[in-house]
Amino acid sequence: MKATVYVTIKQNVLDPQGTAVQGALHSMGFGEVGSVRIGKYMELELDTSDREEAQARVKEMCEKLLANTVIEDYRFELEG
Amino acid sequence: MKFAVLVFPGSNCDIDCYKAVEDTIGQKVDYVWHTATDLSGYDAILVPGGFSYGDYLRCGAIARFAPVMNAVREAAEAGKYVLGICNGFQILTEAGLLPGALRRNRNLKFICRQAPLEVVNNRTPFTNQYASGEVIRIPIAHGEGNYYCDEETLERLKANNQIVFRYANGDNPNGSVYDIAGICNEQGNVVGMMPHPERAVDQLLGSEDGKRMFTSILSAWRERHGAAVNG
Repeated sequence: MKATVYVTIKQNVLDPQGTAVQGALHSMGFGEVGSVRIGKYMELELDTSDREEAQARVKEMCEKLLANTVIEDYRFELEG
Repeated sequence: MKFAVLVFPGSNCDIDCYKAVEDTIGQKVDYVWHTATDLSGYDAILVPGGFSYGDYLRCGAIARFAPVMNAVREAAEAGKYVLGICNGFQILTEAGLLPGALRRNRNLKFICRQAPLEVVNNRTPFTNQYASGEVIRIPIAHGEGNYYCDEETLERLKANNQIVFRYANGDNPNGSVYDIAGICNEQGNVVGMMPHPERAVDQLLGSEDGKRMFTSILSAWRERHGAAVNG
């Protein structure tokens, strides 16, 4: 099974990289761009076919290591 | 008094910390590798700056799971003095020993220069040789020192007098919440700070204002263990 994990800075926490990219896009004429959030994308190969178990395990991985929940949100998808 | 300077793969201020202890207060000090599991022989633990584990994933995210961190937690619970500097501060927040987190600097740049700091709390074991409100000069050198905590945590930090240092003179280099440069835990025995006192222990380095952090620790320890102790 494969897990795809997305980690982004929380909405209410300033994301300095996102702000810089937003500014760059605006200066290039992409005025329609609202807020930009920069995040991380991770692919995890899991040695299990039990979806429920994978769900619980990946959640634990996110909470413990992959995201810092003080400043980041995470979500993930399971495939296979 | 005996100091431990932790060393992770990628630490690069460990030698500075070691030398600062030797040169400022002449106490015993050891390097302790991140695989160690026992810190019971030490009175103070210094978690140095650098790029532990290459800052992969997030600064301090992997280091916090190093075997030695359980011993750091035990030392903190036992009331021993724990000081995290720069990457050490990031590690202590990741480990949950201090609240909040460190984000990328507001300007996205690595900033390396002297910073004026206001000593907000001079009643910690790390700051007792400073005057309250005194402005000192200590260098910063970080790309991710932009301290963040939510409103509720900030109010708690203020109420418990846990804000130890703030960037002074309106000179907040990184965008940190409430100009915070360093904080302590509720008990006051764990301090984390982005600036590097170990790099400010001699006028040749541009400032010796960091010296008193080390003399503070020794003074606090002596007070706790009786003034007659020679060590």
